[in-house]
Amino acid sequence: MTEPLVRIEGVSKSFGSFQAVKNVSLQIEKGEIFSLLGGSGCGKTTLLRMLAGFEAPTQGRIFIDGVDMAAVPPWERPVHMMFQSYALFPHMTVEKNIGYGLKHDAMSNAGRQARVREMLELVQLTPFATRKPHQISGGQRQRVALARALARQPKLLLLDEPLAALDKKLREHTQFELMSIQERTGVTFIVVTHDQEEAMTLSDRIAVMDQGVVRQVGRPGAVYEFPNSKFVANFLGSINAFDAKVTAIGEQISVDVPALGQTVIARAVAGVSVGQSLTMALRPEKITIHRAPVEGANVLAGGVKDLAYFGKDSLYRVALPSGALVSVHAVNAARASDDERLADWDDKVWLSFDPASVLLLTD
Amino acid sequence: MIARWFHRKGWSDLVIGLPYVWLLIFFLIPFLIVVGMSFATRTSTAPPFGFGGENPLVNLAGYARLFSDTLYIRAFVTSLVNAAGAMVLCLLIGYPMALGLTRVDRGWRNILLMLVILPFWTSFLLRVYAWMGLMGSNSWFNKLLTAGWNILVPQAWAVANVPLMHSNFAVVLVMVYTYLPFMILPLYANLERLDPTLDEAAMDLGSRPFAVFRDVTLPQSIPGIIAGGMLVFIPAAGELVIPTLVGDSSAPMIGRVISDEFSSARDWPMASAVAVALLILMVGPMMIYARFDARAQARERQA
Repeated sequence: MTEPLVRIEGVSKSFGSFQAVKNVSLQIEKGEIFSLLGGSGCGKTTLLRMLAGFEAPTQGRIFIDGVDMAAVPPWERPVHMMFQSYALFPHMTVEKNIGYGLKHDAMSNAGRQARVREMLELVQLTPFATRKPHQISGGQRQRVALARALARQPKLLLLDEPLAALDKKLREHTQFELMSIQERTGVTFIVVTHDQEEAMTLSDRIAVMDQGVVRQVGRPGAVYEFPNSKFVANFLGSINAFDAKVTAIGEQISVDVPALGQTVIARAVAGVSVGQSLTMALRPEKITIHRAPVEGANVLAGGVKDLAYFGKDSLYRVALPSGALVSVHAVNAARASDDERLADWDDKVWLSFDPASVLLLTD
Repeated sequence: MIARWFHRKGWSDLVIGLPYVWLLIFFLIPFLIVVGMSFATRTSTAPPFGFGGENPLVNLAGYARLFSDTLYIRAFVTSLVNAAGAMVLCLLIGYPMALGLTRVDRGWRNILLMLVILPFWTSFLLRVYAWMGLMGSNSWFNKLLTAGWNILVPQAWAVANVPLMHSNFAVVLVMVYTYLPFMILPLYANLERLDPTLDEAAMDLGSRPFAVFRDVTLPQSIPGIIAGGMLVFIPAAGELVIPTLVGDSSAPMIGRVISDEFSSARDWPMASAVAVALLILMVGPMMIYARFDARAQARERQA
């Protein structure tokens, strides 16, 4: 097995009595975009700062390219960081900012200038080379910060909420730009973010963090479709979750869901036993909404309580006879005028879903 | 209702205008009197100067003497050299202190800041007298220094006491002691505003701590250095009390010269001419500072 670029082994970090990071182990491969996703205070930024060398782990070890980082100060690590505030030097021009790290490298002046020019072209800021940071826009500052961090060709680039300071339009554009720059340079990215959409689109793999602990690691699709806990399911997208009890295990699993007032059939999974209490969860977009009764297992009847029309899709909140609310996300594939929409307020509807879509969460 | 009445333009003009009225009454008018006096002729009347009549309306003798009598030139040079020395020493001592203040945690910081300001609670004169006591040839401090010196150097260089008092060294020493807070406070205010993530960014890009200081902290603290430097240099150059008490009376500073011309020599026109010359010398650097400050503020507004 080849050595991963970053190996985090049982790392913990405490600030006084507060434990910010608890026994985290991760392996990050060369050339990946890896996201640390979590709410504020989940320890993702602390983990990033330990990789950069600004904080020392209380316990555990960090290897970058096989080298133990414990005794390596920030200025000697093959790691550069793009700060959330960008941290551009206000007294230096764009050019000087980008070239700042290069003066520590053994290279000729001409080589340095060529590298700065190359970076300016990469982020399309050549016309702004002699401006000061306060004379350019937020999006341009973000690109200067990226170019500065990439100039010394780090093995690993750490990005702390890279898109948080940008407005929505710019954020989408910059997301793709980041991905294309990563592809062209081949540098491994570790991105810290609280925005699940950003993590999903950017990353090859995501680690979902909560209260200092890594809850799940995997490809975006895997983490979204196969969350290992209610927390992860809830954090990535929205979810309908109900308490349930396993009643039978055969080719498929039957669970009794009191809130729905019926038994739900789920695809067989390992590690559950009859009588076990767990959470039955369903993504809103996995449910189909019908205006006429449908036959088969996993059908619920109810009435539309709320309806949010977004244009390309709609979100329904369907009240069941038991009083439970189920969210349903439906794409408005057919063109329909107001009075022939799929379902309207107070309409009686039937919901159906595939056993394969049912998530059984034990955590 | 009251708020609107209060916010009417007249009030804001009054508030802005008040300091200017103050400056007009207590600075500009007296200064114009001094300028006027500097063109008068010395007489034996009371007050001891006069215009017109048997005297010329504009008498430039005072200004001419500024350049012809080496006493004045030497006094100006002594003042500027002493003030510059005090300013540089204050910077060398005050900068690490101000930087240190920004690095300690909040609770300690307020206590330490308090300690910087604390000497102001004692009379300035008392503190200068305390220094005189320390430096005098019969003081325990001087005896300690003398004994130390005599042990360290060959017998031929032995001294009866270390001549501290009545020297430019003593003047600079006491001025550094007195004006140090004026250097530390603006520097601290400047350094405290700097973003610590910039230091981290520089470190992340390969700079060792000293290079971080040289490339990031120092260039950003130039406005603070200039403010502190001006606050020390300007009063130090015109200082009267310290050179009078601990200075070398054979090489007086300009403040002492003005005072002597007014009181003992009773040559008010000459004293006025020296005062005007000193003011012109001081206004130069002050204008440079004002321009720098305005530019820095404009830059901050833009950012």
